[in-house]
Amino acid sequence: MDIFIVWVEIFRHWLTVATGIPILAEIIVKAALTLGVIIFVLLNLIVLVWLERKLSAFFQMRRGPNRLGPAGFFQFPVDIVKMLGKEDIVPANADRPVFLIASICAFLTAIMAWAVIPLGRGLILEDLSIGIFYFIAIGSTGTIAFIMAGFSSNNKYALLGGMRAAAQMISYEIPMVFSLLGVIMITGSLTLSKIVEGQKSIWFIIPQILAFLCYFISSIAETNRGPFDMTEGEQELVGGYFLEYSGIRYALFMVAEYTHLVAVSAIAALVFLGGWNAPFGLTFIPGFIWMMLKIYFMIFLFMWVRWTFPRIRIDHLMHFGWKVLIPVSLINIVLTGIGIFVFRAITG
Amino acid sequence: MIRTEEMKLNFGPHHPSTHGVYRAVFTLEGEYITHCVNHLGYLHRGIEKLAESKTYNQFIPYNGRLDYVSGMMNEAAYVQAVEELMGISDQIPERAQYIRVIMSELQRIASHLVFYASMALDMAGSTPWFYGFRDRDRILDLFEMAAGNRMMPNYMRIGGVAADLNEEFLPTLRKLLDDMPKCIEEYNGILTGNEIFQARTIGVAPLSGEKALNYGMSGPSARASGIDYDLRRDEPYGIYDRFKFNVPVTQNGDTFDRYLVRLLEIEESVRILEQAYRDLSEGPVMAKVPKVIKPPAGEIFYRIEHSKGHFGFHIVSDGSNKPYRLRIYSPCFVNVAPFEEMAVGLHMQDAIATFASLDIILGEIDR
Amino acid sequence: MDKKIDRMALVERLEAKMGPGADVFEDNTHKSIRVSRVKLLETMRELKDNPLYEMDILMNLSSVDYPENLTVIYHLNSLRYQHHLTVKVEVSKDNPRIPSVSSIWKAAQAQEREVFDLMGIIFDGHPYLRRILLPDDFVGHPLRKDFHCS
Repeated sequence: MDIFIVWVEIFRHWLTVATGIPILAEIIVKAALTLGVIIFVLLNLIVLVWLERKLSAFFQMRRGPNRLGPAGFFQFPVDIVKMLGKEDIVPANADRPVFLIASICAFLTAIMAWAVIPLGRGLILEDLSIGIFYFIAIGSTGTIAFIMAGFSSNNKYALLGGMRAAAQMISYEIPMVFSLLGVIMITGSLTLSKIVEGQKSIWFIIPQILAFLCYFISSIAETNRGPFDMTEGEQELVGGYFLEYSGIRYALFMVAEYTHLVAVSAIAALVFLGGWNAPFGLTFIPGFIWMMLKIYFMIFLFMWVRWTFPRIRIDHLMHFGWKVLIPVSLINIVLTGIGIFVFRAITG
Repeated sequence: MIRTEEMKLNFGPHHPSTHGVYRAVFTLEGEYITHCVNHLGYLHRGIEKLAESKTYNQFIPYNGRLDYVSGMMNEAAYVQAVEELMGISDQIPERAQYIRVIMSELQRIASHLVFYASMALDMAGSTPWFYGFRDRDRILDLFEMAAGNRMMPNYMRIGGVAADLNEEFLPTLRKLLDDMPKCIEEYNGILTGNEIFQARTIGVAPLSGEKALNYGMSGPSARASGIDYDLRRDEPYGIYDRFKFNVPVTQNGDTFDRYLVRLLEIEESVRILEQAYRDLSEGPVMAKVPKVIKPPAGEIFYRIEHSKGHFGFHIVSDGSNKPYRLRIYSPCFVNVAPFEEMAVGLHMQDAIATFASLDIILGEIDR
Repeated sequence: MDKKIDRMALVERLEAKMGPGADVFEDNTHKSIRVSRVKLLETMRELKDNPLYEMDILMNLSSVDYPENLTVIYHLNSLRYQHHLTVKVEVSKDNPRIPSVSSIWKAAQAQEREVFDLMGIIFDGHPYLRRILLPDDFVGHPLRKDFHCS
């Protein structure tokens, strides 16, 4: 996958020569790369939505979409076109500016997390020294978008959905961060590429299996997917915070949800599943492919859970978050600390 | 001063989990219900008034529109009531009786499968929904073979049934009966044993047997509260006294029990169907009844054990060819009444699960 | 199908218990007992509470518009003895008022509302007597024979 990096270097070199201003070349390259990442994420979305439809159809003994393109692959692009053609309805008594911004906010916060997520060695927009920290921080700002949407819609169901979103995402942020701490303690770095490099010999899922489970569960709650999709709550809240949205603004919320899903899957793949490191010495397959396989494995797990379980109740959710996940993730930190101490004592 | 305001929330009539057009007004504190008021009547079509201008035979198709997921049973109740009123209930041919039992029990399974599916869906388990509807569809296929119609069969006639079973009906039924035990295992596997499902249903909205009686509840919803009363066993109508089956009864009366009783009833219905399949004999399917049905003046209140509870007709005849007054005693109408009381103190999510567990069909409530 | 209850004996016993004015009598043509509306509540309470009958389920609460009067019909049922009883109460068309039995059986609450809605019989003492199936601004009571659709 070094070929991408080589291309970028050639492009940058050519720009510098052509414009003669290095800083301008740098800006153009960064902008192009950012655009590239966004396009990559959106392309992912087509696959994801198709995959979700096909997988849910498989779990439910249906066929799923099968009209447009091979095995219904082009259903989602066509859906997006349909969404674009729909009227953008703003409720009469809605808080108009907030209502309009909310969907964009949701999308932006979801896509911003991609700045620090590497897809291969060197395949990263900005390898920040606080990569994981940045990811968590950006992820939690997404909550605000949901509250904005729920509050500004002037709808009781949407308000309840927004409130649930706030309660749920804040409580599940904590075990999510705690579960990542164990890995950070082992590698001693917040940089995602260093964490991946640290998994050359052994993937962190083996020493950090508790943390992986905690992360998996709390990230389902973070992405508002079933069985923790309280904020949508189709059956009781009729759609939750985006109840009043229509057309492309509704689509933006959906896009944000899926983008977030890919992001948390990517983090899980990077932190616990060895990132672009090939397992069993299968190094002839490029790291980028391995990375994508791992991301999609995680996504498959998310979808499997979603289409199997009924929805949990919100107070059970809170109990589970505060009384089970947080203590377990704290125990994991303690165990990791002891483990590191013992390991150092043995190896000297 | 810090205070919280109560919120009035309009639940329905156009809400995904009101099973039609039921409407309740919840007063919420946070997400807990402090007060609940039922509002019915959004599907009122005046069928009782309509019946007074239809002849006895003309009214048969309207039965399918009452409880639209168990049309066969409604029709069976109606025609048996009219037969009882005419005093010809002992002249119904053997084969017709058996066919009625087969259809009723198939319909009971189908109705309980709809319950299972929609209960799962109301808890956002969309996968169990497909399992329930997969097998319900096979039952509807059977109805289509027999009656030519799937949901509103219009199959029962005063004096028998409309047509004999065609030759592919019985083999298909045999196959369905062979598959049912495996299917029931699947239902239990995907929903009954699920931790989340149990956490959300066990101990939720318990209804004591005393209260259930006082509210006049009947059928599986009452049997979940420990009321051991099943018309098929206690006051057998038709030929139900020939079959061996158990009446599942549970004691807690919570949402889970109401769910469980129905699943257990599917098993019992399969048992009855096995026996009916075995004993079904050849013969005519229609008794000799006059072209114009004119029951003698008098009245009757006739109930059957419907999939939702005791479903009955109170028919007053003045000797003419149209009923003077036809009152439909609807189990759903009775069973929905305690929801006002049960919902108080519940979380909104639980209220929806509880509502689903009562198994309400609005077509029958509003008539 | 119905297990017979000895209506003769029941009527005699009720008559003795309720005293004059109860006007309980047996109606053999319709296999029911008739009760005057003045003593309806006491009779019903007796039927429910007396361990001899224990009519603990109110099944059907129906009403018929006969040419001469309106009749409210209660179908009672006992879980313990599994017998049925039909109780009829006649109400005049000019002043269709009758005591509500919803304090005895809650099952009556919704059904009395329905009878009020469709037949126009007013149940005194009902906690929440409003139209249930028809909209609140509906005029008339459709199940009356003098109500013509169209």
